[in-house]
Amino acid sequence: MSKRFLNILLPAATGALFVAVWYVVRFSMGEEMQFLLPSPGDILTALHENAGSLARAALNTTQGALLGFAAAIIVSSLLALALSLSSLVRVSFYPYLMLLQMTPIIIFAPILVLWVGPGLHSVVVITFLICFFPLVVNSTQGLISTDRNLVELFRMYRASRAQEILRLRVPAAFPYFFTGLRIAATLAPIGALVGDYTAGSSAGDGGGLGFQAIIFSSQAKYPALFATAAITCVLGFIFVAFVISLSWLVMHKWHDSYERADA
Amino acid sequence: MPPVPLIELREVTKRYGQGPVVLDRVSLTAQPGDFVSLIGPSGCGKSTLLRLIAGLNPISTGSITVDGQTPEQAAAELAFVFQEPTLLPWLTVGKNIALPQQLRGVAPAAIAATTQKVLDLVRLDSRARAYPRQLSGGQKMRVSIARALSLSPKILLLDEPFGALDEMTREHLNEELLAIREHQAWAAFFVTHSVAEAVFLSNRIVVMAAGPGRIHAEIPVPFAYPRTAQTRLSREYHDLVAEVSRVLRSVENAAA
Repeated sequence: MSKRFLNILLPAATGALFVAVWYVVRFSMGEEMQFLLPSPGDILTALHENAGSLARAALNTTQGALLGFAAAIIVSSLLALALSLSSLVRVSFYPYLMLLQMTPIIIFAPILVLWVGPGLHSVVVITFLICFFPLVVNSTQGLISTDRNLVELFRMYRASRAQEILRLRVPAAFPYFFTGLRIAATLAPIGALVGDYTAGSSAGDGGGLGFQAIIFSSQAKYPALFATAAITCVLGFIFVAFVISLSWLVMHKWHDSYERADA
Repeated sequence: MPPVPLIELREVTKRYGQGPVVLDRVSLTAQPGDFVSLIGPSGCGKSTLLRLIAGLNPISTGSITVDGQTPEQAAAELAFVFQEPTLLPWLTVGKNIALPQQLRGVAPAAIAATTQKVLDLVRLDSRARAYPRQLSGGQKMRVSIARALSLSPKILLLDEPFGALDEMTREHLNEELLAIREHQAWAAFFVTHSVAEAVFLSNRIVVMAAGPGRIHAEIPVPFAYPRTAQTRLSREYHDLVAEVSRVLRSVENAAA
């Protein structure tokens, strides 16, 4: 059997098994408890019935996730550049970056709403805060991990500081940057969802997926709740697929991690 | 009056901070056209000596002049070939070779012409668009040498460039290096662990001793250039390899 065929067949079989187990568990629960675990069929129906509101909510969440993600990329890259320039700067700021990462953002969500206003603003800020840390840490690490021999080569050729950064340190940091980007891409839709869950509202835009989740939950519309989760998953896949494609575009010709595909 | 030497080291001593003396009062001169090999036991400071001439590290006492200037001032006359190929993995062979010229602000048209010329010299013109990971170890080293030659240096400093290659590749590259020198006149300082390589390439071999690093002996190599694979078959070649090996062993035994 060809490897390609197995690559499709095996995950499909696992998926089928998973759905089968799902139905078994559901039927073993007894009829009066089955509302707690909707069947995949119920979820698809709910998806269809709530298509309009879910699509609008997904769009809002995507918008918040994209804006927060983009802002985190820009700010983290600039900060990583600054941090990479001097170990003194790194020593001064690193503990507080750690502190920021450890801070449970959900606790500050209510006050964030007061600071920047509910809805999209809060969602963007929370997504930004969640995506920021893996990006800045990886990019900084990449910028300071440049092969010492290559740095020496640039010194040997009397390269300016700007030439060293732009032609050497930045491209050398790409693999690290994309590692951070991949982590942040999985976090962005979740961040937006959490932001929306705690700080979203129906004000103006009708809220995002997090807000929908609250509504469905309060109305005990559990199939619709599962449908909301499924959409968030798909959103995450799209984000990650985009980052993986981008990383392939930038690095497949030269980076060792793509060697196999190229050979 | 004797001509001003291309490179002159006078009583050069190197010490890192208050640590042990790495190089002790090394004096050495080289003229245009010289091919000087530095050979000696580990820790004799031969690589350090090369780095001092390159201006990559400062000397502690003494003086080094390159073409009448300090190594820093003479940066344009010097090119360094590292132990590793030290290529930028994200640039093609052609762009790697063009890099030093770009850093120096050479006009694009001139860069293209020079890059083509040195690619021809190392016989890699068909691989200009390949990325380093697609090349063999020997090919990578040839790219590294082509890059060093791209600025038409007067002096080439090579720090064990073929140390990681297999014997056959190393011998081929030794022959190529000398063949290139028939087209481009540069003086060379060549650090190596291989006596055979040193004898084949150089017109002078400097044997160094360790603890502290110093010059033990200078052995002239009288064979005329151009040298080819045939040179290795001659009786005189084998005798000199044996003689240099003997001197090297006496240095190593003295240290032990």
